[in-house]
Amino acid sequence: MIGLCTYGGYVPRYRLNRGIAYGAMSWINPANIANAKGEKAVANFDEDSLTMAVAAGIDALKGIDRSTVEGLYFASTTMPYKERLNSGIITTALGLNDNIRAADFGGGIKAGTTALLSALEGVESKRINNIVVTVSDSRLGKPASPQELVFGDAAASFLVGDENVIAEFKGSYSITYDFGDHFRGQNAKYDRQWEDRWIRDLGFDRFVPEVVNGLMSKYGLKVTDFAKVIYPCHYPAARRKLNKILDISPEAEQSNFQAEIGETGTPQSLIMLISALEEANPGDKILVVSFGSGCDALYFEVTDNIKKLNSRDGISGCLANRADLDNYTKYLVWRDILPVEGGLRSEEDLWTRWSALWRSRKTVLGLWGGKCKKCGTAQFPAQKICVNPNCGAVDQMEQIRYSDKIGHIASYTGDMLSASLNPPAIYGQIEFEGGGKFLFDLTDCDLDSLQTGTPVTMSFRRKYYDKIREISGYFWKAVPVKEGE
Amino acid sequence: MADGIKDKVAIIGMGCTKFGERWESSAEDLAVEAFVECLADAGIDKQELQAAYIGTHFDEVNVGKAAVPIAVALKLPYIPATRTENYCATATEAFRAAVYSVASGVYDIVLALGVEKLKDTGYGGLPGGGGMGVMGRMVGANATAPGLFAQLATAYGARWDVPMDKIKDAIAHISAKSHANGALNPKAHLRKVISEDQIKAAPMIAYPLGLFDCCGVSDGSAAAIVTTPEIAKSLKKNQDIVKVKALQICVSSGEESIHNTWDGSHFVTTRKAATKAYEEAGIKNPRDEVSMCEVHDCFSITEFVTMEDLHLSAKGGVYDDVMNGFYDLDGQVPCQVDGGLKCFGHPIGASGLRMIYAMYEQILDRVPEERKVKNARIGLTHNLGGSPASNVAAISIIGKD
Repeated sequence: MIGLCTYGGYVPRYRLNRGIAYGAMSWINPANIANAKGEKAVANFDEDSLTMAVAAGIDALKGIDRSTVEGLYFASTTMPYKERLNSGIITTALGLNDNIRAADFGGGIKAGTTALLSALEGVESKRINNIVVTVSDSRLGKPASPQELVFGDAAASFLVGDENVIAEFKGSYSITYDFGDHFRGQNAKYDRQWEDRWIRDLGFDRFVPEVVNGLMSKYGLKVTDFAKVIYPCHYPAARRKLNKILDISPEAEQSNFQAEIGETGTPQSLIMLISALEEANPGDKILVVSFGSGCDALYFEVTDNIKKLNSRDGISGCLANRADLDNYTKYLVWRDILPVEGGLRSEEDLWTRWSALWRSRKTVLGLWGGKCKKCGTAQFPAQKICVNPNCGAVDQMEQIRYSDKIGHIASYTGDMLSASLNPPAIYGQIEFEGGGKFLFDLTDCDLDSLQTGTPVTMSFRRKYYDKIREISGYFWKAVPVKEGE
Repeated sequence: MADGIKDKVAIIGMGCTKFGERWESSAEDLAVEAFVECLADAGIDKQELQAAYIGTHFDEVNVGKAAVPIAVALKLPYIPATRTENYCATATEAFRAAVYSVASGVYDIVLALGVEKLKDTGYGGLPGGGGMGVMGRMVGANATAPGLFAQLATAYGARWDVPMDKIKDAIAHISAKSHANGALNPKAHLRKVISEDQIKAAPMIAYPLGLFDCCGVSDGSAAAIVTTPEIAKSLKKNQDIVKVKALQICVSSGEESIHNTWDGSHFVTTRKAATKAYEEAGIKNPRDEVSMCEVHDCFSITEFVTMEDLHLSAKGGVYDDVMNGFYDLDGQVPCQVDGGLKCFGHPIGASGLRMIYAMYEQILDRVPEERKVKNARIGLTHNLGGSPASNVAAISIIGKD
């Protein structure tokens, strides 16, 4: 049996109330009030599509021996690198093997389901046993554009394989059209779109039924056979119309989280799939449709294993972990839309020394440390000479992964002098359970909520953005575990 | 068998510029200013210098690398001149090298000079990031000096169960005391008396440190000329001879930063260096025998924990000593008698020698009555470079017989 073995979700902690963004820009585009309801998930200043993809991947791999993973596909239309394999950064961050197949899927926003299909069919071919698929986007609309309000940031991930399958892959149907509803050119920062009425009335109204009916006739099914029908369409009127045309009952309709997250691009239908799986029962049939330069339709059937899946954040957990981003200009600065004076201190040249990153990639991107084979002392980074003064063994480090360890804050501060897009810059010494200690930046938290002893988990983040070379550098930060988690 | 530095080397001259925002002076100008005062105090000619150790820290501003730029500025007579650099302990390293070169018997008269020109950065605080090294750039937190030292407060509070408002009271007293002392000193950078309430109400720089918990970022230079006690006596017939009693430096081993044995509330290095320095100087009970001290109060919280690390206050007990005025100018062991880094200022490469200068002028009874330490015989300086988790602690003890 081939299918989804696990799922993992990620929605950034900060949520921007659309009314605040609309209020700031309504003077120029009052008609945007139609999009001003609810809130959108916004990547923190140190997040991008790649870091969110890592976070979702970590969630998907909970309880999985990462050394057994054989492939990783990353889908996004907002990858930080045009050249340098983005999925290669992710495999290093996740601590996967070197002898692994990795690929980036991009272009249209149906690339998420296409990556998933490629993984499913790859496993089906029996030439590869499993593949992690992680799908993420952080698309930008210009201030006052509909997209600014409609879009949100999130990521979804799955382990595709043939063991412990929770949702069996039963089949698919695809259509592809060169449909220019949304587009970005070679150097475009912002999404552009054609008229909403055309996207809605020609795009969604025609393509979604075409792909759904195509799958139904291919497999001899009808829509009412499905417990959940998932398709991404943020236009409420179009959704109502499609539900009617396709005979999708209110129970079978899956929320698109437009009021909580926003239209997330490549991961959109997959986030909805995760949410459906969180509620699913064995035997449920689930139809997943993506949209963007055509459609993919995927047909799954939930198995008994769904009941055995260990706990994870998924989408529901991420939705519960939220904080207001109550400041529109902060959003603009975080996304590098509004130029801001960061002070002379922020103008330092943030170069990447590639040869140095190469030899320390396991430490920097993977957060691997060492454990002394002689005395057992865990230490980060791994040392040539064991840090235990009573040991001092040379070259005796076995590699251990710190990215999934729990730490505790031993000391901390909030620094107003450091150049930061989210001042104060919070950092502190983190002591890991099982040994090891290091000074880490803290993120996704407020200074007032911290105290010594607070538990933290580690999160892969953008450490710097090099404005001269237009590239991002990455490392790990500590995120305080919120109450109730 | 090595028996330490005690009484093997004497200081015959010192000089120190006014510290501050010396907009009109270059590093070279400042070095010359300290050098000229130092030579005049020693009463020797430049040609009698046999070697020089020059301390500078930041390459990003200041004079760049090596001892050459300052040797050229001072027109030293083709003598060996060597740069010393060890973070903020740079000038103590210059002093130590000069003292050891005399003690070795290789030279008779040697110059130690430290200089730093910080106020060419265009912003407050120290110059950023360039010195972190390749790995530091990839994995180092987005930290500045205030934030690295501020963590002492949260860790100390956790270690001794002291609430933050009590720590804030004590560190405000520490800064108020240094401001009071600095106000009396014409060479000090910051010369205003500031109340504890003003200190506590100041804008936050790095929690829980406010603006007045942070030392001045200054330009300045300080210098010393050292020789053998015999030559000192022949040159200074009518003056007390100030001799080096101890010089100890302790450098972090990595245990503090990445091993789980240190709680972040104190300086491992300072404790070890202090123990060795007292042993070297023959001091049994520092609380009674040390007349005064200059400690590395880059931040008020650093001074707070350092007084315990120097074994002057009981572990966990510094709060009472601070609040009882034990370290005030009229207290039992006056601390930061010239205003300290806090108010005299902190030009990185000069500070260690400035501290020694403050002890020297007190021991030789050269200061006006209003800022005089009574019976000043033994002075201790504590010069710390780096951050609490990874640093160099340099302790000097000088005194007259």
